[in-house]
Amino acid sequence: MAYFIQLVFAGVALGCIYALIGLGFSIIFKASEVINFAQGELLLVGAYIVSAGVFALHLTFFWALLLGIAGTVIIALLFERFVMWRMIGRPVFSILMMTIGLGIVLQTFVIWIWGSNPIPAATPFGVTSGFNIGGVHFGTNDIWTIIVTAVVCAALFYFFRFTKYGLAMRATALDQEAALAVGINIRTVYALAWGIAAAIATIGGVFLAIDSFAIDPTFSSTALLAFPAIILGGLDSVSGAVVGGIIIGLAQVLTAGYESRFANVLGAGIHEITPYIIMILVLLIRPYGLFGSRKVERI
Amino acid sequence: MSVSAPARKSPIGAQPPRLLSSPSRWISVCLALIVVIVFFVVASEDWLTIVNYTLIAAIAALGLNVLSGYTGQVSLGIAFFMAIGAYTAALLGGTPPSSPGDPLGFGLSFLIWLPAAGIVAALVGALVGPTALRLKGFYLGIVTLSLVFIGEYIFLNARGITGGPQGRTFPVPAIGDFSFDQQNTIFGVTLTPGQQFFLLILPILALSALFVYNVMRSRAGRAFRAVRDNEIGAAIMGVNLFEAKMGAFILSSFLAGIAGALYASYTRYVIPDNWNLVLSIQFVAAIIVGGIASIWGSILGAFFVFALPQVIDHFSLVPPSSGSGGLTSGDLNALIYGFLIIVFLLFEPGGLIGLARRSQALLRKFNRHGGEGGEPAEITDLPSASDAQRDVGDSAVTRGEGA
Repeated sequence: MAYFIQLVFAGVALGCIYALIGLGFSIIFKASEVINFAQGELLLVGAYIVSAGVFALHLTFFWALLLGIAGTVIIALLFERFVMWRMIGRPVFSILMMTIGLGIVLQTFVIWIWGSNPIPAATPFGVTSGFNIGGVHFGTNDIWTIIVTAVVCAALFYFFRFTKYGLAMRATALDQEAALAVGINIRTVYALAWGIAAAIATIGGVFLAIDSFAIDPTFSSTALLAFPAIILGGLDSVSGAVVGGIIIGLAQVLTAGYESRFANVLGAGIHEITPYIIMILVLLIRPYGLFGSRKVERI
Repeated sequence: MSVSAPARKSPIGAQPPRLLSSPSRWISVCLALIVVIVFFVVASEDWLTIVNYTLIAAIAALGLNVLSGYTGQVSLGIAFFMAIGAYTAALLGGTPPSSPGDPLGFGLSFLIWLPAAGIVAALVGALVGPTALRLKGFYLGIVTLSLVFIGEYIFLNARGITGGPQGRTFPVPAIGDFSFDQQNTIFGVTLTPGQQFFLLILPILALSALFVYNVMRSRAGRAFRAVRDNEIGAAIMGVNLFEAKMGAFILSSFLAGIAGALYASYTRYVIPDNWNLVLSIQFVAAIIVGGIASIWGSILGAFFVFALPQVIDHFSLVPPSSGSGGLTSGDLNALIYGFLIIVFLLFEPGGLIGLARRSQALLRKFNRHGGEGGEPAEITDLPSASDAQRDVGDSAVTRGEGA
C-alpha cells in the first residue's frame, strides 16, 4: 500500500509538471489557435538560464529564476512579434512547422552555448530532501511542484476571470473578429499569451530539472508528453490541462511502478508510451477531450 | 501578405506531359543526364554513398510531400512507416536465424522484399489511417507524432523481427548471384558497390517521381489538392474526403516503406532508435526547404537536409567536437535547417523550387524583348505548378507580382 501511495504521490507531482507545460500549450492555443511545438525548447532554455544564473553568475536562486523567466519571455515575445504574427491565416502545416523550426534552433543554441553534456540543476533546496510518513517518502521538490502548480493555476484563474486583459484573452479565444470589433488589441492578447506560456514553461523546466538532478539538451522532448495531457483535457481548456496532466502523470508513474510484474507480456518501457495510448483512446471516443469545447472539425 | 485567399490555378493536367517540349528543355535534360553520368563515372565511393543515401531520402520525402504537400495533411509519422518497410524487408529477406535468439528472416529474394516493404507499409497506413484521418491540423500532427513513439516501443520489444535494442542486420539487395554490395563486372565494366546502388536507387526514385507526377495529374491528384485548399469546397465538388485522404496516406506510406527498406539495406545494420521523431522532422524540413507540393522540391530538399551534414563532414568544415561547447556537424545542420524552415516559411513558402521559379520568371521578364519570346508555357511544364501556401500562379509570376 505504501508503494501505491508513493507512486500516486510521485504521479501527481509529475502530473503537475505536465500540467505546467500543458498550461503553456493551452493558453497559446486559446488565444491564437496555434499549438506551440517549441514549448519544450522554451522550457529547456529557461532551465538552462536558471542553472547558468546560479552556477555561472552566482546569483541566488530567486534572481536566477527571474532571469530565466525574463529570457524565455523575451524569446517568446520576439518570436510571436516577428514570426508568428506574420503567419496568421497560413495553413496549419506551416504554422506547426514554424514552431518546430524555432524548437530546433533553440535546442541547437543551447547545445552551442552550454554543450551537450548534462549540467546540474539549480535548486533552492536539497534535491534529495524530504520527509517520511508511514514508509512513504515525500520529496521537497515534489511538494513544491504541487504547491507551485496550484499557485500558478490560482493566479491564472484570477487573471482570466477578474482582470481586464484576462477578459480580453477570453473574448479573443471565443471570437477573434468580435473581439477586434469591440476594440480589443489582439496584438497585446497574443503577446500576453506567449509571454505567460514562456514564463510557465520556465517554472516547469526548473522543477523538471530538479526532478532529475541535471539537465541536458534532450530534455525538451519531455514536453511532448504534455500533448497527451492537453488532448485529454481538451486543447482549449485551462483546467483541462491540469486535470489531463495529473491523469497522464499518474498513469505513467503507475505503469512504470507495476510494469515489471507484467514484463513478459508488455516488454520493456511501456510507461513511455502509456500517455500516447491513453491519448489515442480518448481521441477515438471524445476528440475534443474531457473539458474541451466541441468544435474540433471532423470529416 | 495575403490572408489565405483560395488559390486560383490553371487547370492542372490539361496538357499531356511534355518532357522535351522545347529546345531549352532538350538542353536542360541533356545537361542533367551528362551531370549524372559524369558524376557516376568520376565520383569517389564516399561521394556515391552520400548521394545514394540522399536519393533514398528523396523517395521518402516524395512520399511525405504527397501527404503533407499535395493533400495538406500534417504528418510527423514518416519515420514509423519507413521502419515498417525496413522491418518487412528484414523479415522477408534476412538470412534465416542460425542460432536461437537471432532475429528471424526468410531469405527471400530482393525482388520480393522490396515491393513487399512498400505494400506492408501501405497496409499499415490503411490500418492507421481511418483513426488518424478523422482528425486534422494540430491533432493529426500530434497523433502521427505519437505513432513514432509507439512504434519505437514496439520495435524495441519485437526482438524476433527487429533484434531489440541491439538492432539487426538487413539483407543486401541481390538478384540471383548478383549482389549489389560486391564489386561486379557487367559487359566488361567493373562497377563498385556505390555505383551499383546508384544504378539501383536512381531508377527507383525516377519511377516514384514519375508515378507521383502522374497521380497528381489525375483525378485523384486533383482531389488531393482540392482537399488541401478547401475541404468543404472539395466535398461540395464531389470529392470523397475520406477516400482522398486515405489515398494520399497509403501512397505516402508506400513510398516511405520502400525508402525505409532501401535505407536499412544500404546501411546494413539499424537499431530501433534510428526511427525517431528527429528523422520525421528532417523529412518535413526537407519538403519545406525544397518545395511543398513539388517533385523536384522533394529531391532538392532531401539533398539539402540529408547530404549537407555529410558534405560538411567530408570537407571537415567543422572542427571535431571537443567535449562540451562544440557543435557537431549534425547540430550545425540542425541549426541550418531549423533557420531555413523559419526563413522559407516566412519569405518563400514555395521553397527552393518556388525561389527558382520566381527567378526564372524574373529572368524571362528581363529578356522579354529579346528573340522569339522564349517558351511561355514553361512554368506549367514543371512537375508541379501548384504551391501550398501561395499561388505562384503563372500569370502572377510572369507579370512580376509573385510576391
